[in-house]
Amino acid sequence: MTQSKANSLGVVEPRRYQHNSEFWLQNGEQLHEYELVFETYGTLNADKSNAILICHALSGHHHAAGFHALDDAKPGWWDACIGPGKCIDTDQFFILSLNNLGGCHGSTGPNSIDPNTGEIFGPSFPNVVVKDWVASQAHLADHLGIKKFVAVVGGSLGGMQAMQWSIDFPERVYAAVLIASAAKLSAQNIAFNEIARQAITTDEDYCSGNYQQFDKNPEKGLMLARMVGHVTYLSEDGMKTKFGRDVKSGNFAQGADVEFQVESYLHYQGRAFTQYFDANTYLLMTRALDYFDPAREFDGDLTRALEQTTTKFLVLSFSTDWRFSPERSQEIVDALIRARKNVASAIIESEHGHDSFLLPINRYTKILSAFLQRSYAELEDISRSSQTTQGDLS
Amino acid sequence: MRGDLELIAGLINPGARVLDLGCGEGELLNHLQRDKRVNGYGLDRDAENIRTCVSKGVNVIEQDLDQGLDNFAKDSFDMVVMTDALQAVKEPRQLVRDMLRVGEECIVTFPNFAHWRCRAQLALKGVMPVSEQLPHSWFDTPNIHLCTFADFEQLCKTESINIIQRRVVDANHQEKAFINWAPNFFGTYAFYRLGKSACS
Repeated sequence: MTQSKANSLGVVEPRRYQHNSEFWLQNGEQLHEYELVFETYGTLNADKSNAILICHALSGHHHAAGFHALDDAKPGWWDACIGPGKCIDTDQFFILSLNNLGGCHGSTGPNSIDPNTGEIFGPSFPNVVVKDWVASQAHLADHLGIKKFVAVVGGSLGGMQAMQWSIDFPERVYAAVLIASAAKLSAQNIAFNEIARQAITTDEDYCSGNYQQFDKNPEKGLMLARMVGHVTYLSEDGMKTKFGRDVKSGNFAQGADVEFQVESYLHYQGRAFTQYFDANTYLLMTRALDYFDPAREFDGDLTRALEQTTTKFLVLSFSTDWRFSPERSQEIVDALIRARKNVASAIIESEHGHDSFLLPINRYTKILSAFLQRSYAELEDISRSSQTTQGDLS
Repeated sequence: MRGDLELIAGLINPGARVLDLGCGEGELLNHLQRDKRVNGYGLDRDAENIRTCVSKGVNVIEQDLDQGLDNFAKDSFDMVVMTDALQAVKEPRQLVRDMLRVGEECIVTFPNFAHWRCRAQLALKGVMPVSEQLPHSWFDTPNIHLCTFADFEQLCKTESINIIQRRVVDANHQEKAFINWAPNFFGTYAFYRLGKSACS
């Protein structure tokens, strides 16, 4: 454990942001107020120009790096990439990471109390979409005094938020990093999400989403949902390397209950998930994934959706990722080129499928680091030259 | 900047849209972005080249030239450039067609396999030519479609490609009077500026 804590941020503490005014959602509903739980790493410089926003994926949260307590077994979900001297370098940047609205790790979501009824929202929590998340993140940035991010960075569903930022607030995002992401989900991808949702909603303990009222939790459904998810996050080769046909317990000769390693792994991951993730949040997050399609407002033309942005982009994908394949990333790149935007792209060799984006793969971290350094230098240059111009005018 | 790239940079108008096939470390695009404010993109597939381009702020896209340019629309660039890569691609003819589809004009440079040194090695020693420009042995060369200036010009003729300009240089990318006396014999590299034919 000491080894994993080398180059680590050490103990970090979550903070809270209270938004005390009405917040209108894309579906026309409103929240009277909301709260976001977030963490920051590194130091915000005097002119607040070194901030990077990290957007989390489906099951992520605010705790991206460091440890909550010294005896925590595991660090935050992206500790491999965020920390002193790491590719998202906290010696240089101020990193902001939050739990999205609708989440189940402390931000306002289905488990929060609805001020209208005094009861928990449960299934009545409004459907939030990526655009809502970005708007709420912008309020958090305002609260912290951050006018412009050096970069908004995200993998998978997080990449979708980074893209939405570049469309909704181009003047506030110098660069966007879209990792293993897509401009919209494919039918196959939506299908996997629907299987996960059906697993949850058909669990008898789901109780139409009011499971908490009955002191229940649709654990079987959540577990199945997570198991399906996990299979799609790994590649066939990756699973072969990791598990092969190794047997965890039982014996073929005796024809007794054989449990393969891969089964044991999925059971463990599925079961663990039911202990820290909320079913209604899972439904909400997968719907946000399915609905995301910034081109929809532009007759399906992604190029037009991206026309107004001034953000520069880095688009990364992984060779064996079939849930968010390199082709999905290429669609984004092609649209950005058609829209004449600044973009760089790379397809990282990795056998770890979609999960690759969480791992410290050498080529991946090097290119990410190079892009962030370069973006920061460019942004500093721009602000220096604009200060000079203002000086000349005054 | 490398001599051949300087030659190319001189032909590109400020603010142009440029696609550089096999952009390497992004030397040309970096120069064009800074000095001519072009909207440029480079395609490459080498990990180290891509990282170098990113650290320079060059728009580099990881793409294998052998996949073709189907993802680019017709006439989406003012200039499509390919330096020293023609001989290493699987389908050079199709790629040149593609370059002229996506670009208004294109520039192609490649080493001359009919240079007198190459001819001499083959004629006198009976071995596959190896030179500074073509340093590989026959068994490990990435250059699978070597050609001569005469071959390339024949291709342009068959394909009705308009050769707007040709410049032939020596190994140091210098133009010399004697080269033009017998370019396909003395020229090391040729630089062709191509345009769509009048009828296309």
